Amino acid sequence: MARSYSIGSAPNPEKHVELTVERLPDGEVSYLTEQVIVNDRLELRGPIGGWFVWRTDQDEPIQLIAGGSGIVPLMAMIRPRIAAGNSAPFRLLYSLREPEAMFYSDELNSLSAHGSFVTITYVYTRATPKGWVRPPGRIDAALIANTTWPSKTGATYCVCGPTPFVENAAGLLNACGNEPEKIKTERFGPTGGKQ
Amino acid sequence: MNSGANYLDGNAAGGELSRIFAIDIASAEGRCAHCGTTKRFAEAQVYMNGPGLVARCLVCGHILLRAANVRQHTLLDVCGMRYLSFDTSRLSDSENPPEFP
Repeated sequence: MARSYSIGSAPNPEKHVELTVERLPDGEVSYLTEQVIVNDRLELRGPIGGWFVWRTDQDEPIQLIAGGSGIVPLMAMIRPRIAAGNSAPFRLLYSLREPEAMFYSDELNSLSAHGSFVTITYVYTRATPKGWVRPPGRIDAALIANTTWPSKTGATYCVCGPTPFVENAAGLLNACGNEPEKIKTERFGPTGGKQ
Repeated sequence: MNSGANYLDGNAAGGELSRIFAIDIASAEGRCAHCGTTKRFAEAQVYMNGPGLVARCLVCGHILLRAANVRQHTLLDVCGMRYLSFDTSRLSDSENPPEFP
């Protein structure tokens, strides 16, 4: 059985790799969250894929757009940016079902609290925190226009999530006049890596 | 082309195709033999829920690549692409991938 997972960690001297796997009630990878125990040995191949990445020599503005667990490969861009200390300003637009569904919540809250290089906008599609101004709903044209880097900044856009999410977000970015060459996308779905 | 959402993209095919290609195919540029569009393979629409793997051109929908495992053989059809152009500037990454613990 072979499956594909996103790496969420930055390169590190210890050569540790962090994978974040969403636990789903009938998920096809439930073996990983329910059967695998500490000290079990797993065979890995990778890292694979050099296109949906951020490299430390990129200093243009970066717009990250995540749907659900699509945040994972984007964390693998945010974390090395902390270490690199270059001048690339990041914005993250993170769409999630409800507050409890947030990945890396402590880390993201800490990042946004300290006025760091990354500005985070959360979008809730089913339930919002108390007193949240925007009612639950998907990313729309107004949100893209008001919270993401305008195309004139020369920003690169990285969109990751389930296929319908990516099609919606990338379509809205296109409609705002962004060059398709500046928009990188990575889609995942229940069939991902089924082999 | 966007009628259903049962496709992924060329990034998702990277794992399976890394068994065949020594250099990262997601960042390779391919030209569609049908419409002539040149794009990164990562941008192709990839269907992985059948018995094999099928990559289609993002623009015209023509089949770019098919791969299937049949017993001890892997069948690969790339005649839907006029060419594939691989970035070898980071070849050392592929030749010496970081060791996992």
